Amino acid sequence: MATKKKMAPRDNGSPDFKKYLHPLMAKNYGKWKYHEILRPGVLMYVAESGDALYTVRVGSPRTMSVDTVRKICKIADKYCQGHLRFTSRSNIEFNLANREDIDPLIQEVHDVLGFPVGGTGPSVSNIIHTQGWLHCNLPGTDAAGAVKALMDVLYEDFVNERLPQRVKISTSCCQINCGGQTDIAINLQHHRLPKINHDKMQNCELPKVVAICPVAAIRPRKVNGKDSLEVIEEKCMYCGACHGQCPSMEIRDAETDTLSIWVGGKSASTRSGPSFMKLATYGLPNNPPRWPEVSEAVCRILDAYKGSAKAYERIGEWIDRIGWKRFFELTGFKFTKYHIDNYRFARTTFNTSSQVRL
Amino acid sequence: MAKRKQTEEIKTPLLDKLEKGPWPSFVTDLKHLAKRKPAVKQLLGQLEQSYETCTDYWLGTVINLDGYGGGVIGRYSELTEKFPEMSRFHTIRILEPSAWVYSTEALRELCDISEKYSAGILQFHGMTGDILMLGSNNEQTFEAGEALMEKGWDLGGSGAAMRTLACCVGPARCEMSCFDTLGLTKYITDTFISELHRPEFPYKYKFKISGCANDCACSMQRSDMPIIGTWRDKIQVDQEEVAKFIDRRGEKSVMNTVISRCPTQCMTLKDRRIEIDDANCVHCMHCINVMHRALAIGKERGATILIGGKRSLKIGDTMSSVLVPFMKMETEEDWRKLTDLVRRIWDFWGEHAMEHERVGEFIDRIGLGTFLEGVGVEPDPQMVKEPRSNPYIKFEEYTRPRMAGEEKKAPSVVDKELDGKETAS
Repeated sequence: MATKKKMAPRDNGSPDFKKYLHPLMAKNYGKWKYHEILRPGVLMYVAESGDALYTVRVGSPRTMSVDTVRKICKIADKYCQGHLRFTSRSNIEFNLANREDIDPLIQEVHDVLGFPVGGTGPSVSNIIHTQGWLHCNLPGTDAAGAVKALMDVLYEDFVNERLPQRVKISTSCCQINCGGQTDIAINLQHHRLPKINHDKMQNCELPKVVAICPVAAIRPRKVNGKDSLEVIEEKCMYCGACHGQCPSMEIRDAETDTLSIWVGGKSASTRSGPSFMKLATYGLPNNPPRWPEVSEAVCRILDAYKGSAKAYERIGEWIDRIGWKRFFELTGFKFTKYHIDNYRFARTTFNTSSQVRL
Repeated sequence: MAKRKQTEEIKTPLLDKLEKGPWPSFVTDLKHLAKRKPAVKQLLGQLEQSYETCTDYWLGTVINLDGYGGGVIGRYSELTEKFPEMSRFHTIRILEPSAWVYSTEALRELCDISEKYSAGILQFHGMTGDILMLGSNNEQTFEAGEALMEKGWDLGGSGAAMRTLACCVGPARCEMSCFDTLGLTKYITDTFISELHRPEFPYKYKFKISGCANDCACSMQRSDMPIIGTWRDKIQVDQEEVAKFIDRRGEKSVMNTVISRCPTQCMTLKDRRIEIDDANCVHCMHCINVMHRALAIGKERGATILIGGKRSLKIGDTMSSVLVPFMKMETEEDWRKLTDLVRRIWDFWGEHAMEHERVGEFIDRIGLGTFLEGVGVEPDPQMVKEPRSNPYIKFEEYTRPRMAGEEKKAPSVVDKELDGKETAS
């Protein structure tokens, strides 16, 4: 047990960000005028005061040892007056007051950290992901390793700006989809009923497990005289909601779990507004350590997008314009009955017009 | 403290394949750390086994610091006998500074605490926004938590609580931000710090805050309450810069990449000048993104408040939808109006929602109209894409009194606090 010591203060709240702002950010707070991308990975922000702040964006693996974080700090001390920032996609941003420092900083990032500079403008930015086998209790696959393998393949699209528009990618190790909605998302999918460990089910709050099922497929059942549950196979859609509630309902199955790829998610309200991602292809093997089938499918999507999208079109907007028929032709993915929604509001996804591309 | 068992060399042939290639390898980094942290060596051993078998070996558990109901993600290994050094290997969620800005001094403080009490692994950041400190056993978790809080840090949220907020870089370094996203993030966090630490809701509640419709915080699909910057006067147009842009890129490019991409067709280009029908502008940011020296956000700024976004489990995805078209966000008084609205939502949702029901799912079940009555917000045409086409309507005014003749009891409607000045119309 923990030794009883004096307790530290509770409820400190959000750290005071004002202490952490780069001096030029603090000085020009709310008074920025415009920005320019000087080259991939390097931005210039100009304030009304005339001050310019240069930002070098660097891809990180998100999971870092304290040694690596200390190396990052050393670089920020040398060039950035002891300040830095992370982006929502786990990139590091080094902010510089002096333009002359850009090249030496990039050189040092390269030599000391080996991290790439990029992820700005029309590029593939860092892949967002969660814990996977490294630290999650629910994953059917890994996250950090899958990202590393895929970013190796997409490296040139991170360090260059050669796409029609920015492409955001995420990976998720189950259908809870912590990686979230993005232009391209790689998610693990289950195909079997949860395996119930009837001897341990009494540790779970059974009514809660029954209640959490979105399709009411779970009902009480006595097994060997003990309280337990059963799942109605016809109703179950393998979502895994019960597994999150009760670890004795194991939804994962190393033999049959596969990966699916979804496209066209967008959060920004720009132009066509936000959109959910849609199924592009499925049934890819969960194949560590490098998941080559996933890389191949992602590259197919990116190649089709590069070849046919207009400037500023995100992947979802591009597909909206050219139509799904053309998308499946260009990528070579087969369209099947599994691409047709059969859950709530499925009809809203049907083509309810005579407009067809022939 | 368990006696340190000298384990034999752990081989990781599969993980080693993730050391090659140009993208930085977490495996290489953790291998270096493993030289002085036996738990990390065993962590890699367990991960290697997962790679071999496609099986996960972590069990979730609950562990909390005194006075807190969340903030630690407890993990027990199922391979304790094989990897005793990391049989208890928890993650501490730490509240990040708004917009993820740091001083190196602050980061080193985190490194020192992580090194001393934990496995020395940090993640920047978790998907909700927290800093993650991986790898402390039960005892170390308490020690690390106390050490963090002693230095002024605080733990983040988990469970059925308000979760840690996240926001874009905002006015700290962006000309497109319509309000102080960093300040509001800190204000909401501090106002509701108890709700963040002590789970008392039907389920989680997330805020994400973006300074404009570009939504760099990815709030729309990933938070129960997105707050997105906007303005209600005119886009600022610098016609000289418009002319310069046309000189640089050509008139055709402006037509094809700006004018024709406007979702409401509210822009025209005539005699090298851009004219905007601002009454029909939906503040989508596209034109400003492309021509950001010629066009700029308006001057009368605020935010659109949305509600109900979440990912798949369990009823399928819900996209956030408009709750308040426009609220000013300039002063603490404005922010207080927002937190008052949040309290009303939590009261109504907390009272009527089912367990594990996110607010978006709750709205789907009871209807947005009922929800608006319950939280005291007037219906507004901006809340829908279109009015209903389905004719089955239960007009309360025309419906007969209930069976016993008692008065219909609608959810208590609070007086509309957001008076006309705060809504777009």
